Amino acid sequence: MAWDSFKRIRFRKKKEMPGGLWMRCPDCEKSVYKRAVEELLQVCPECNYHFEISVHERIAQLVDEGTFAETATGLRATDPLEFVAVKAYCDRLEAARKLTGLEDACIVGTGKIAGHDVVFGASDSRFLRGSMGSVVGEKFTRAVELATELRVPFVFVSGSGGGARMDEGVLSLMQMAKTSAALGRYDEAGGLYVALLTNPTMGGCMASFAALGDVTLAEPRALLGFAGPGVIKNTIRADLPKGFQRSEFLLEHGFLDMVVPRVEQKQVIARVLDHCRIRRSA
Amino acid sequence: MADNGTDMDFEGPILELRRKIEELESFAESTEMDLRGQIEQLRQRCRELQREVVAKLTPWQRVQLARHPARPVFSDYLVQVFDDPLELHGDQAFGDDAAIYTGFAKFRGRSVLVVGHRKGKNTKERIACNFGSAQPEGYRKALLKMKLAEKFRLPILTFIDTPGAYPGVGAEERGQAHAIARNILEMSRLRTPIVCLVIGEGGSGGALGIGVGDRVLMLENAYYSVISPEGCSSILWKTAEQAPRAAAILKLTAQDLHGFGIVDQIVPEPLGGAHQAPGEACRNAADAIAEHLDQIVGTADERLLEQRYEKVRRIGVFLEGGAASAAASSNGAGRAVAPGATTR
Ligand SMILES: [Zn+2]
Repeated sequence: MAWDSFKRIRFRKKKEMPGGLWMRCPDCEKSVYKRAVEELLQVCPECNYHFEISVHERIAQLVDEGTFAETATGLRATDPLEFVAVKAYCDRLEAARKLTGLEDACIVGTGKIAGHDVVFGASDSRFLRGSMGSVVGEKFTRAVELATELRVPFVFVSGSGGGARMDEGVLSLMQMAKTSAALGRYDEAGGLYVALLTNPTMGGCMASFAALGDVTLAEPRALLGFAGPGVIKNTIRADLPKGFQRSEFLLEHGFLDMVVPRVEQKQVIARVLDHCRIRRSA
Repeated sequence: MADNGTDMDFEGPILELRRKIEELESFAESTEMDLRGQIEQLRQRCRELQREVVAKLTPWQRVQLARHPARPVFSDYLVQVFDDPLELHGDQAFGDDAAIYTGFAKFRGRSVLVVGHRKGKNTKERIACNFGSAQPEGYRKALLKMKLAEKFRLPILTFIDTPGAYPGVGAEERGQAHAIARNILEMSRLRTPIVCLVIGEGGSGGALGIGVGDRVLMLENAYYSVISPEGCSSILWKTAEQAPRAAAILKLTAQDLHGFGIVDQIVPEPLGGAHQAPGEACRNAADAIAEHLDQIVGTADERLLEQRYEKVRRIGVFLEGGAASAAASSNGAGRAVAPGATTR
């Protein structure tokens, strides 16, 4: 689905400047003071570019310190299709595991946000572009089922530009049905799903769990959509409008509740949790 | 034969033999010679050849069959499988997408809601239905009518045949991803029986957008994939020309899907493909739908929804806690029922 267009969107590594006090913003390319970037939770003070961050940083930013307990661990992707192309899926998985220290592209668990008990999860765009295969689908689904059982809100931060993971073929596609069906049951049970969309969330992930929040927030300027911009450009053979498929574009077209900068996200989520209390019995 | 790049080389020897049979028939007629024996022999040989060809079809050749210009499309099934179709238009929000048909009909005496991707049978029709690539309003129309069907407990029958949901600027502006996601979620909990049949192309999210049901059936030469072989080829090899290779590694045939436990039944096609005998293909499809519908009609809502949830819930292959993983592979070649079902 959204694969093709993402080949070219590489996440450039933060370039260390001499002395280590300054860094170059990959977006505006200005030299910025590192401390300033950190204070903004990895956001460029010059251009508001939101740097890519890991799931662990995400947890640290949003979940109350010391409250996160990971669940649904020990799940490992296999290679059911024996998908060997330019690179074998097995090798790609191994490389991603090494790079990120993660088992797969998402982490889920229980924790508190501003004192509210929640089930929290996040996908990591550094792991095969946050794409959803069997493991991500399973972990997400277990998290939703746990939130249903515990009758607590579910907060998920998606950074899944890879969409449904091609290497697991139609099994990945069907994770869209699995995750969405779980969210359907959670909804029936009176659950509250807060979705926070980050750069990028595309294809099969956007066309399933990421689009189904009761309240949906997005980081500024995140690329969010169904088809990749490259695919669309090739199909319509014309240039795409400025800001196409960015958070602000989706807000304008009515698909987001809010665009929220990183420093305000926890507070905004906490306010939503405060307003929407899950009833104790259905 | 070659239409929009379809390469049906494997049909060549069969067509050649057919020509010979026809020649012999007209020769026999004009000369009043009794060649019935020879003709019957050739016919027999032709059937064998078709069987051989079908047995050796590569995934890419099946993709070609699924896209064959003479393959029966939704409108053929609508005419041949149903009585009294009554089309319902529009999504009550933006427009009426011709790429998805929705309407009431009688199926073997029973009122049903029919939903199907529409591809058209000639260039004019194909353009009008955007070659089966639906816009968000198509998915929203389908959902609106499916909710109507739920209200009156009409079974829903969906016919899937799309290269994919349309990748356009307007489609994104109107929330293609949201429309598909919403359909998937709602179909998983509609309180009425749903049978889905993939009749040609099961193009990714665009297919799944009308593809969640109590039963998912697939025609023998249809395909169902997370991405088109061409798209996959472009990503992996930076060219669309490796599509045949991509088709093979994507495991997208009806046989693969059945092996993964995603498809409940493979609906047989006439020898050589559905286009060889469209009437027979439609009859086979109708019989299969009827069989499955009979099994689920009358099931209590809660049980129906529980079973529908379990059907998608168990899809996936992964290892859990090291050895427990074997559950996935010990089911036999390609069987991909998740260990999730046993470990939860
Ligand atoms: Zn900047």
